[in-house]
This record gives sequence, C-alpha cells and structure tokens, in this order.
Amino acid sequence: MIYAALFYAIALFTVAGAFGVAFSENVVYSAFSLMATLLGAAGLYVFLGADFLAAVQLLVYVGGILVLTLFAIMLTHQISDVEVSNRAVGRWPALGLVGFVGIAMATALVRAPWKVSGEVVAKAAGEGTTYGIGDAFLGPFLLPFELASIVLLTALVGAIVLSRKEIRD
Amino acid sequence: MEIGLNHYLVVGLLVFLAGVFTVLTRRNAIGVLMGVELVLNSANINYIAFSRFGTGGLEGQIFSIFVIMLAAAEAAIGLAIVLGIYRKFQTIDVEEVDSLRG
Repeated sequence: MIYAALFYAIALFTVAGAFGVAFSENVVYSAFSLMATLLGAAGLYVFLGADFLAAVQLLVYVGGILVLTLFAIMLTHQISDVEVSNRAVGRWPALGLVGFVGIAMATALVRAPWKVSGEVVAKAAGEGTTYGIGDAFLGPFLLPFELASIVLLTALVGAIVLSRKEIRD
Repeated sequence: MEIGLNHYLVVGLLVFLAGVFTVLTRRNAIGVLMGVELVLNSANINYIAFSRFGTGGLEGQIFSIFVIMLAAAEAAIGLAIVLGIYRKFQTIDVEEVDSLRG
C-alpha cells in the first residue's frame, strides 16, 4: 500500500516535471522542471531495483548535464528575448501531432503481449546490480564499452574545438 | 492494484510526449536540447522497466547506461554548438539562425 502510494507520488513528480519543461514560459523554469523529471526518474530506477543506474542518473544527469544546461542558459543571457508567442510549430498543431502519437503508442502499449517474467533481476538484496553490470562490461559488452570511450573522447575534443575562441593569423 | 510493467510504460510514454512537444514548440535552442533529454530519459525508463519485468536480465540496464553516455556527449556537443551560434549571431532562436555563410 505504502509502496504503491510512493510509486504514484514519484511518477506524478516525474510527469509533472516533464510537462513543466514542455509548457513553462521561461527556459530557466524549464531547466528546473527538468531537474524534477531527472530526480523522479532516479527514484523510479530505485523502484525497479536498478541501484547503480539511479546513482549514475544522479551523477551524470543532475550533476553534469543539468548544470551544463544551466551554464549555457546563463551564458546566453538573451534567453528571455526568445518569446514563447512565436513558436517554431504552433502549440495546437504540435498538440495534435503529440496526441496522435500518444494515442497510437498507448494502443500499442495496451495491445502488445509483453513477455513478463516474475523473477527480479537483482536477486540478492544487498548485493545490487553493480557486480553484474561490471561483469557484463568486461565480458560480452567489451566492444561497445570501448567504442563508448572513443565516442566520449571525440565528444570531448569536439566540444573544445567548437567552444574555443578562433584566432586567425 | 500491484504496480506492474504498464505503470512504468505509461510514465515513459507521458515523458516522451512531453519531450516531443518541447522539441516541436521551442524556438530556443537550449529548450530543444532539453526536449531531447526528456525523450532519452523516457527511453531509459522503458529500458529499465523491461529489464526488471521482462526476461532479458541486466541487458536493459546496460543499454540505458549507453543511452546516458550518449546523452552526456550530445549535451556537451550541443551546448558547445549553441554557444558558438550565440557568439556568431547574438541569438539562439533556431528560426533566425539560417545563414550558411562561414
């Protein structure tokens, strides 16, 4: 009972944050709503028994990406000049498209015969999923893991090249 | 009623729709990037829900780690591009930034 109530509270928090990002007038408020969504998603991961991922979510998303986003907002301080009234796509066409996609996906969600197994992935309470994830990264997922480090290195170099001041002789 | 797979999928669906709406309606480039983050997060919620309730084991969680990694790379590159655009055009309105001349 308490479990269900807690789940609904966190789910509501997450979804409310997402809609806050979508509908807020000010980009700074959007960023803080995004923080609510990311924290709520971390809570959902805890509910799903993914303890390592909840920690990664907090460290990378809330601690990294969100702070980066806020920095970018503060650096481009003309942000408030981008008015909400002149939108790329009007609010109503976008709502129509989103509603259409939503109905299609909800139908698929209800109709699909998901294969659900009863057992929990992280079986031993207290051991967590970290051991299994580390094992998988150095075993069957070694190649994607190394490719990921190359992607991150490329992104690092690319970000530096893009954001440095260009000096031409 | 017990909390099952569908509950998490509905949360993921709503977050996804909010993200798509954000991407469609924002003219602020940083707002568009935030919408992309929402979409990626909804995918993660689904991955981990399937990893918990499905039969695949830990694979879902490992995939979502890769999604988080790509999201971090995307955010770094995207925001660097946004700052570059701001330096060049003095605005980050995606409608006004349409000149291709270097």
